[in-house]
Amino acid sequence: MIYETSWTAIGVFAAFVALVLGISFYLGAKAKSASGYYAAHGQIPWFVNGVAFAGDYLSAASFLGICGMIAFYGYDGFLYSIGYLAGWIVALLVIAEPLKRLGKFTFADALDSQFNSRGIKLAAAISTLVVSVFYLIPQMVGAGALVKPLLGFPEHYQGVVTVGLIVILIVVTAGMVSTTWVQFIKGGMLVVFCAILTAMIVGRGLTALEAPPREMAEGAKVLSPGGDWAAKKGADFRQVEVAPGQVRVERRYGDDWRLVQSSFKHHGQTMVNGLPQGKKPGQTDFAPVGRIAELPAGRRQTGPLNPLSYLGTLQQSQVEVWRSLKLKDERAVETTIYYPLVVRGDELLTPGGSPTFSALRTNLYVEREGQQVLSWSAIWSKLDFLSLMIALFGGTASLPHILIRYYTVKDQASARKSTVVGIASIGFFYVLTLFLGLGAMTSGRLDVTDNNMAAPLLARSFGELPFAVVSAIAFTTVLGTVSGLIMAASGAVAHDLLANSLRLGLSDYAKVRAGKITAVFVGLVAIALGILFGRLNVNFLVGWAFNIAASANLPALVMLLFWRGTTRQGITAAIFVGMLSSLAWILLSQQCYRDVYGLPPESALVPFSQPGIVTIPLGFAVLVAVSLFTRGNNGRPGGRG
Amino acid sequence: MKAESPDKPAGGGAPHVDDNQAVSAANARSGLVLFFVYLAFYAGFMGLATFAPGAMGQPVLAGVNLAIVYGMGLIAGALVVAAIYMWLCGRHARRYHAEAGR
Repeated sequence: MIYETSWTAIGVFAAFVALVLGISFYLGAKAKSASGYYAAHGQIPWFVNGVAFAGDYLSAASFLGICGMIAFYGYDGFLYSIGYLAGWIVALLVIAEPLKRLGKFTFADALDSQFNSRGIKLAAAISTLVVSVFYLIPQMVGAGALVKPLLGFPEHYQGVVTVGLIVILIVVTAGMVSTTWVQFIKGGMLVVFCAILTAMIVGRGLTALEAPPREMAEGAKVLSPGGDWAAKKGADFRQVEVAPGQVRVERRYGDDWRLVQSSFKHHGQTMVNGLPQGKKPGQTDFAPVGRIAELPAGRRQTGPLNPLSYLGTLQQSQVEVWRSLKLKDERAVETTIYYPLVVRGDELLTPGGSPTFSALRTNLYVEREGQQVLSWSAIWSKLDFLSLMIALFGGTASLPHILIRYYTVKDQASARKSTVVGIASIGFFYVLTLFLGLGAMTSGRLDVTDNNMAAPLLARSFGELPFAVVSAIAFTTVLGTVSGLIMAASGAVAHDLLANSLRLGLSDYAKVRAGKITAVFVGLVAIALGILFGRLNVNFLVGWAFNIAASANLPALVMLLFWRGTTRQGITAAIFVGMLSSLAWILLSQQCYRDVYGLPPESALVPFSQPGIVTIPLGFAVLVAVSLFTRGNNGRPGGRG
Repeated sequence: MKAESPDKPAGGGAPHVDDNQAVSAANARSGLVLFFVYLAFYAGFMGLATFAPGAMGQPVLAGVNLAIVYGMGLIAGALVVAAIYMWLCGRHARRYHAEAGR
């Protein structure tokens, strides 16, 4: 869809950026030492740190990705909300306090606190870099996707470059001090504004909207292209020439054929519903979608509801949702088709409605030659889901940019309290995501081509100002998370790699300078990757980052704390094996074969795409085995910290 | 917002109660027990979603189905578990102070 440039959005956005940069420059003067730059002098109040956890953690993927997934597929997006939040329990109950007690600036400090091993520092620094970069890619891709329509940039890369440069400025000026305050402001605003928006959604209630006039292509010429159109995949679709040169698509509904939305490229021009995409005469654009087709008891409108009755009523309604399909003709011209389906609300509000988790609704047994036999494809798909949920659970407490936040408070009690504040704000936000997503689903404003825009478009259904504020908050969401990630990477390189692993003997001042140079470098790499991977699915990439973090870091963190037999070789080996095995698994998965290499997914070498269920236990096994082998030649002096 | 912790002993410069090994170990033990309780709750959700998706569609509270109630329960449950943990940590600290004062 083409978006009008919103001057209100630009104004609010500019005010936010000015505020954030102003804070950075002001605080920059106070953060000259390494302790100031990397850990905000350990003086951040616990409440501020707790809300900053929310600002750090609630990334563009959480805000835009989950809302979009719920708006299009219902409950399945909420599965991410549950997994992301549950992971905080591991952080609070297992990791937070010992990590604070053992470390100084980075989680490598904690891992290495009893060994003084260059191997551990090197392994932890590399894993921090890999996880941070993997997590940065979706943030930058999301930033580009978000800023492009909001600020009226014609190209995706302009959004990525804008975000990248602002974040580099924030991080370089005042490191963790400004990063923390940016995250605090953003986290607070995100939660408060989403709560207001949810109250408006529930207060507005549900309205059954009339279907747009039924478009029939009477007298149109039916075309018969080859390729997918003639195959089983395209059996329910056909191309029709509704006017000379204007080719549209129809879908079969029972005995009827009905016009649906479609697009394809023609000599570099995007054609929508058979006409060039645009706002001028002779051009057209996608129609906004998403509505309640039928409310229970034939009502047209419910009036204001409470949160429970909102969900209960939606469950008993019929909702029109849109699905898409790509068909190639014999000349390899690809048409993307968007078509409506009316689905029961209770079906949308149970797991398994999206393509990502559709396996949840499949049976483990299939009938073959009159016998019930186990279906391996169903087993792999269900394992894929379990693997993702395990990675989300274990990954949160292993994310380097979250872990470094524990060093900005003064003691363990503050670490504990700030985690609880974090859980409260993040948990509250995730509850709201369900209402935001469902509100967008039924708002009649969805963009069929881009589910990341669901939340901002939902806000637009309430007026231009809510839209401008949501857009500006979404943008600061990206700023907050990206600056945290760049800080983590910067600390890993300057503190762990240069100063501690390579033992370059850097002065306090040199360490800060090295950190700032790294921040600029990582920021530029993030900009490049954001442009390069512009087409990948944002939420999926975040899931992979959690898998790598959990596989590489969780075994080392947990075993260091709970097993006295852990050796430095065990920790180093576990980090490398966990990181490399999960990375290799991802690169050999069906998703990568299809979306990155353009190869047939059936030829992928691993049976499912989320590695956690295999590689997290592998990390633990390697740590135990290597520790047992190397037990004699290096005991750790202090035992369990 | 001041970052003063209520379980901090009176008197500036004194070591924090959490630095005491016995308190720290008691906190860690409580943390682990609560962690396993929550893990069981989370595993139950994953098990139902994976192997009994039909059960997730059953209405259980004011017409709202089990999937939503259980999911919201997991989010609210995290906060409940966090509150219990904070309370237990406070109790360990109070017990330490009581013993230290004897």
